[in-house]
Amino acid sequence: MIEFSKEAKAKADQIIGRYPQGKQKSAMLPLLHLAQSEFDGWLSPEVMDYVASLMAVKPIEVYEVATFYSMFNTKPVGKCLLEVCQTSSCWLRGSNEIVDHIRRKLNIEVGETSADGMFTLKTVECLGSCGTAPMLQCGADFHENLTVEKVDALIDELKNKKERSSYLKSLVLNS
Amino acid sequence: MAKLTIDGIEVEVPDGTTILNAARQIGGEVVPPAMCYYSSLKETGGKCRVCLVKVAQGSGKDPRPMPKLVASCRTPVADGMVVQNITSPEVLEARKGVVEFLLLNHPLDCPICDQAGECDLQNLAYEHGAAHTRYEEDRRTFDKIDIGDKIKLHMTRCILCYRCTYVANQLTDNRVHGVLGRGDKSEISTYIEKAIDNDFSGNMIDVCPVGALTDKTFRFKSRVWFTKPMDAHRDCPKCSGKVVLWMKGEEVLRVSARKDQYGEVKEYICNECRYDHKNVKDWTVEGPRHIDHHSVISQNHYEKIDLQKLKKEVERQLVFQKGKQLPEPNNALNG
Amino acid sequence: MGRKLLLEHINEPGIQTFEVYRKKGGYSSVEKALKTMKPDDVTEEVKKSGLRGRGGAGFPAGMKWSFIDKKSEKPRYLVCNADESEPGTFKDRYLMEKIPHILIEGMITSSYALGAKTSYIYIRGEYMYIVRILEKAIEEAYANGFLGKNILGTDYSLDLYVHPGAGAYICGEETALLESLEGKRGNPRLKPPFPAIAGLYACPTVVNNVETIAAVVPIINMGGDEYSKIGVGKSTGTKLISASGHINKPGVYEIELGLPVEEFIFSEEYCGGIWKDRRMKAVVAGGSSVPILPANLILTTAKGEPRLMTYESLADGGFATGTMLGSGGFIVLDETASIVENLYTFARFYHHESCGQCSPCREGTGWMEKILHRLQNGHGKKEDIDILVDVAKKIEGNTICPLGDAAAWPVASAVRHFRKEFEEAALVHAHKELVA
Repeated sequence: MIEFSKEAKAKADQIIGRYPQGKQKSAMLPLLHLAQSEFDGWLSPEVMDYVASLMAVKPIEVYEVATFYSMFNTKPVGKCLLEVCQTSSCWLRGSNEIVDHIRRKLNIEVGETSADGMFTLKTVECLGSCGTAPMLQCGADFHENLTVEKVDALIDELKNKKERSSYLKSLVLNS
Repeated sequence: MAKLTIDGIEVEVPDGTTILNAARQIGGEVVPPAMCYYSSLKETGGKCRVCLVKVAQGSGKDPRPMPKLVASCRTPVADGMVVQNITSPEVLEARKGVVEFLLLNHPLDCPICDQAGECDLQNLAYEHGAAHTRYEEDRRTFDKIDIGDKIKLHMTRCILCYRCTYVANQLTDNRVHGVLGRGDKSEISTYIEKAIDNDFSGNMIDVCPVGALTDKTFRFKSRVWFTKPMDAHRDCPKCSGKVVLWMKGEEVLRVSARKDQYGEVKEYICNECRYDHKNVKDWTVEGPRHIDHHSVISQNHYEKIDLQKLKKEVERQLVFQKGKQLPEPNNALNG
Repeated sequence: MGRKLLLEHINEPGIQTFEVYRKKGGYSSVEKALKTMKPDDVTEEVKKSGLRGRGGAGFPAGMKWSFIDKKSEKPRYLVCNADESEPGTFKDRYLMEKIPHILIEGMITSSYALGAKTSYIYIRGEYMYIVRILEKAIEEAYANGFLGKNILGTDYSLDLYVHPGAGAYICGEETALLESLEGKRGNPRLKPPFPAIAGLYACPTVVNNVETIAAVVPIINMGGDEYSKIGVGKSTGTKLISASGHINKPGVYEIELGLPVEEFIFSEEYCGGIWKDRRMKAVVAGGSSVPILPANLILTTAKGEPRLMTYESLADGGFATGTMLGSGGFIVLDETASIVENLYTFARFYHHESCGQCSPCREGTGWMEKILHRLQNGHGKKEDIDILVDVAKKIEGNTICPLGDAAAWPVASAVRHFRKEFEEAALVHAHKELVA
């Protein structure tokens, strides 16, 4: 059976404590974020069942939620998930070129993972970075005012990264 | 109590009654169709939007019209309310739109669907649908799957009414299926292959308004209109034991719960009654099941005509026709 | 130079910290409210201010507060809607990142007015780095006695938590947000009951946008009457505008409501004009959900009056010639931008974000996206344009929540004002047919 690290378990308990007695299901989204950070960047059925047990809800209640929200990956993803915004303002400022460039550079299509398991390319809808468009998000980091050169530099930098990109881990657990 | 009019017909109902249920008190054509609402399941309704009606006057105290069409299944009545259903062109236009949306990704595979002949979507499309589709794109598809050994799930046919999830929540203590995904990628699923296994799971079949959940034990055995539905009962420790036997000769092809004229089950039955008693000797047969005479199922079935009932129906029709011809209250309400 | 109420100290080094924020007069609204005012007095000031919800709908905030069920014995909640996801809108992100304490301060003062003992900030999950910023600010507020038990020695106590979403535009709709906060799918609820009667955990709840709550701070500090003097008519106070697209200076600007649109777009103080010396073609003034307007109509109303940045002036002419202030997400398109393709990005967005609960939106948004995809790729037919408009019409007004309207309005307005562009797109297909 899988389990959170001691550190993550303590965080999970703290999160559950933010909600009134009997309303621990409210911890669903924060706990799924935590679980995704802890267990290789995606939510396997086993991980979701574990999260269900922490809140004492039925597994199906977790599956229903996890498949609803776009930030949760229910399939494995590469170490660095590149999420390129493509909605109006980013499109007006050239997001199509950014996506095409990444596709060619990494030799993958949108939704695919590079052969070395390092990068997954995803297009996403408006991330609230319209004034600094075009942009992409990797983990919790926003990379803004992108140009092809900036993307090249970013990918070169990320290539050597050991840590998996995560929305949460470095922000919450290490603070 | 609240007094209101629906398509010009007055009706008085207890406070808190929904517009739909008030219309059902009147009966006949003024009753809006309902694909997701189910009176014996809490929290159902509001989703499919086929029951939209116009509230031309909110109440006697506040005669302003409601700004948008409302879901009659979830909107409570008010004293002095004026509701328009089939007398509002706006409602009929919206309903036509909703039916088109419901059929957009539907496979239209009625010729091979076990639900054909008793399908709410089929009836709805017949009443309100267009003969042609304007949709040129590929239809959404899903694989058919077994959920347990008795129920087949054809997700392509599902209209996401959510009724089956409410059945699992309200009739059983362990729901293992639900609505997964988002938007038009939503689907009814157990996520990881899991059998739905509890004494009342079979009711999911009965509440399904379309052919998404069908009884595997009845699969391809017969078109329903070739069967003879008979009311029957048995002593059952788990449920009321009141069922309909769908028979061909002496053979029981299918057992289902009894549905009222709106296709709703009031007394749910257990899986034992549904699946394990396919021998007519297990049952006390009461007589032919009354099926609405408009239904294809009632073809070739002869019931004794109830003159009292017929007279009432004719009277109701007369009142209804009169209601339809009532002049509109004023122009401001028609906007 | 317009007055700055929210961004006044934005350039102050260290304004993110409690220490500097406090030195600049921060948390004075909490002191004033808790020590000298009754909760209802606070609500009264907000009513007087004329403040309207800054999330997009523009509903009077004080009136919304006054709907909260005070007879109920259940706990009351204030939930901050920081799920900012409307395309073209990034003002809340800017505010929370740069001056987190103004939101925390507004939450305390507002929670006091509503009698909430626990409050939540529901922030979109993609803004995860801001979760950390807010949590730090909250820790500082606890450490300095502005949160927790007996705030400033009064008998008022409040706990405040940040709750991240996980990627769903629909959770910006207040009842979907509450569902999500309860750990469920973000399906909007059927109303009534409204949250003020049965919201979070079926308890009386108010849901307010970040900027709305932040605006409570200057309102209490200066008084509602004084605040209401800023602006024009029923558009009082200042508003944060997110400006993006083909302008020289994209960014977040605090304006006094009533600023002429022309000045906002072309003056150096704000957007600095259209980039690359091009001409302006169209503007989406209030986030993707509001009708798009061509250049002439965004600058001047149909009556020939200069268009102002107010709720009323932008809406002048109804949807035939007007639009809405919405969330203040101001997207400018230059003469080279394709209206069809821009609309396609919006349609794809709404299709992606539809929760799927009710049928017109679930099925209709995907249909519109597919038609637009065909049109912008040269595979669309002229008849598609009418189908598109008809589908939008059949979604509008017929759904559980406003997402259906939000998906329909951009389509209807784009075709209304730029039909020729759609017909030209369809011509490509006709031409292909001819050649073949």
